[in-house]
Amino acid sequence: MKITSLLSDKPYSAIAIAVCFAVMLILPWFHVLPQDSALHLSAYWVTLIGKIMCLALVALALDLVWGYAGILSLGHGLYFALGGYAFGMYLMRESAGEQLPDFMRFLSWTELPWYWVGTQHFLWALALVILVPGVIAFIFGFFAFRSKIKGVYFSIITQAMTFAAALLFFRNETGFGGNNGFTGFKTIIGMDITSASMRATLCFLTALVLLLSFIGLRSLMNKPYGRVLGAIRDSENRLQYLGYRTLWYKLSAWVLSAVIAGVAGALYVPQAGIINPSEMNPVNSIEMAVWVAAGGRGTLIGPILGAGLINGVKTYFTVAYPEIWLLILGALFIVVTIFLPKGVIGLLERFKKEDH
Amino acid sequence: MSLRLKLAALFFTISQLFLIQQIFAESVHIAQSSSAQPAASHDDAIQKFVRADFAKRRAMLNQWPASIDELDKLVAYVENDELYTDSSGNTYIMKAGDKLFSYPDEQAITDWPSDLNQVTLVNTLHKALSFGQAKIKLQSTDASQRLAAIDILENNLDELDIKVINQLYLNEKNNKVKARLAQLKARIDFNSPDTLTKIQAVKTLKDSSRPDVLAIMEQALTQPNLNPELKAALVSAQSSIKTRIQASEWTGHVFSGLSTASILLLAALGLAITYGLLGVINMAHGELIMIGAYTTYVVQSFFKTHLSAYVDWYLIAAIPAAFLVSALIGMLIERTVIRPLYGRQLETLLATFGVSLILMQLVRMIFGAQNVEVSNISWLSGGISLTPSLMLPYNRIAIIVFTIAVLLLLVYLLNKTRFGLFVRAVTQNRQMARAVGIRSARIDMMAFGLGSGLAGLAGCALAQVGNVGPDLGQNYIIDAFLVVVVGGVGQVWGAVLAALGLGVSGTILEIGMGAVLAKIILLVLVILFIQKRPQGLFAIKGRFVE
Repeated sequence: MKITSLLSDKPYSAIAIAVCFAVMLILPWFHVLPQDSALHLSAYWVTLIGKIMCLALVALALDLVWGYAGILSLGHGLYFALGGYAFGMYLMRESAGEQLPDFMRFLSWTELPWYWVGTQHFLWALALVILVPGVIAFIFGFFAFRSKIKGVYFSIITQAMTFAAALLFFRNETGFGGNNGFTGFKTIIGMDITSASMRATLCFLTALVLLLSFIGLRSLMNKPYGRVLGAIRDSENRLQYLGYRTLWYKLSAWVLSAVIAGVAGALYVPQAGIINPSEMNPVNSIEMAVWVAAGGRGTLIGPILGAGLINGVKTYFTVAYPEIWLLILGALFIVVTIFLPKGVIGLLERFKKEDH
Repeated sequence: MSLRLKLAALFFTISQLFLIQQIFAESVHIAQSSSAQPAASHDDAIQKFVRADFAKRRAMLNQWPASIDELDKLVAYVENDELYTDSSGNTYIMKAGDKLFSYPDEQAITDWPSDLNQVTLVNTLHKALSFGQAKIKLQSTDASQRLAAIDILENNLDELDIKVINQLYLNEKNNKVKARLAQLKARIDFNSPDTLTKIQAVKTLKDSSRPDVLAIMEQALTQPNLNPELKAALVSAQSSIKTRIQASEWTGHVFSGLSTASILLLAALGLAITYGLLGVINMAHGELIMIGAYTTYVVQSFFKTHLSAYVDWYLIAAIPAAFLVSALIGMLIERTVIRPLYGRQLETLLATFGVSLILMQLVRMIFGAQNVEVSNISWLSGGISLTPSLMLPYNRIAIIVFTIAVLLLLVYLLNKTRFGLFVRAVTQNRQMARAVGIRSARIDMMAFGLGSGLAGLAGCALAQVGNVGPDLGQNYIIDAFLVVVVGGVGQVWGAVLAALGLGVSGTILEIGMGAVLAKIILLVLVILFIQKRPQGLFAIKGRFVE
């Protein structure tokens, strides 16, 4: 097996992808350069790039279930936020020291709720980042898939789920920091969270996780497992007639996707410096779907591209023309679904075919 | 007229009280009355009242020279601390604590007179105001005015003379008023030292449904050495009042549940057409509701500026306008966005979500991000008060009635008309329908327009009870989808049952555990329900695979 096949079937695109990832892996370290250096990357840019890569990771996770298994989730923001909250609590405990986190002391609580016990340990927090989205996705997915909820029904229920969770997290008494969420982080394992080296490391780690997820999912999708997922998308009934237990295929893909989204959330929180219930706003989750659709679902590089492009444009417009950004986003939903069913990747491929 | 005589007697007892306080009261009022100008001849009663000194005011209240409405207005001004005057005796009205208006022409006043002060009434005069109001109302031939008078008297039990009430009771012809007077009488009798009178009073009070009466009974029961007969009467009265109060509370809960359900149903009916029948998932449905609400707002504003005489009847124009505007926009969406995507539901979902973002942002750019105000219609404000603690607002009742009317019309349209036949034909078997000559694309568009128009109607109704803002639709879209999902695809009656179930159980859960938890529990229940019946409450029976 050639090394390029890890990234793409075609050597040229493999090289292009490799270059992109190399840039993403190296770019963060320009932030460590002295400030007067011409190549110095400002803190704004390094966190922006890091955050967008986190969102690309969620898009990748969503593509796994939507692009491959044909299950459109409108609630991936929930898993993203769950991962973020799990890691955010670790950061809160870290900055609060021996005491309870600020928001709990403001509510004059004297002890930690049971579900937050142990979150002062870095490793347990990491385990929670994976376990919480995983277990919740498993329970929800098991019941949903077992009773054969699919298509739009499923999408709406996932949306309702994230909506309900947002309401729950908004409450002060549920122990998630209410409206303000978690913020005011200071250190990660004793190191200053705002230092240049930490910022660069976080950004680099995000790029690394993105790369590994990409390679891992690519090889998984080229295995029979991935083919079965594709078959579920195209005709689940036929597959069942052939004797496949589609429940477990869907469920495993669903849980894996939720875990990746959770990891993305955990990487996002220290770079954004805040996590609050607005991440679970249904609109955020549905926006993720348009990243995937715009990039090209059913390809793994497409969602990464889509998330990067749209969030780049969004960053520009929400600052320069905040009024028309929603109009553009809305138009994007329509244009992509009607005119670009295969996204940007599909468009590129069409150009290539016309060349030949 | 003997009634008047008795009232004079009532006032005589009150004026005994006055005499004691008068000296003190007058001294307060000298300052105010000395600077008062002689009343201008064109003054109305309220202005005259403001100018008058203590004695004149009392005389006015004893025999109010103007209409009941005028007196009600005066009482309202005084109760709300809105009545102001200056040293030359002009009358002003202070609204919302800081906006001054002249009286009676209601011009806003920007530079306040330096000698502005509030018209406050000393205790005796305040009482006289209440009794004056009660008196003039008791003389009214309108039974509801007399009931209002009894309300006032009920709040001033201590100063009532049992003989006067007795006389009123004997003279009263209207049964309802008579019953209320009996209650009033019993409440005075209840304080009598004579045990027999007291027991009799308790027996009468048994029919009451007032929480304050219940409190009195409970308090009386705590006293030691009660006469056993009195105690028995008290216990039985207490339990009967309690039951009645609880019943009225539950009626209130069920009513507010029904009201929520009717709003949910209105929001969901359009979806039951577009999603249920056509299979088109329209995420912009909430925004079509919002547009209906804004159309209502625009129509109301138009009436306010151009047809201010008929402003109370703007709904008659707003209902069809909301329907049409939403229907047209819906048809436009169907033609441009949804038609290219027929059969691809997930893509339709995303594209229409894009439409919803655009519509929301456009509305925000046109009308601003703040809520706009759709004011209440005068003939829909107020309500029926079933018991002292339970009032059913007219606007809520109107929405329930409106929902039922819309529902019946829709069922008629779908089941009894040619258009409904075509819609059903196309949804059941498109190919066959086309083969027999139905223009299915046209039917799709019309049906989508119908569903969107229903959303507009929902918006028009929602504007009467809630805030109208660009996010209005977002609050209803998830609930509306849940109704359709629970109700089952393709079934209007399923949606009705689901809306009733979700609305009533939601309201009842809310009472127990607060809005957020109730919403979450309801959602979990819906998910569990769908486990059991993935096809919803009602499903079209048949054999088909996807």
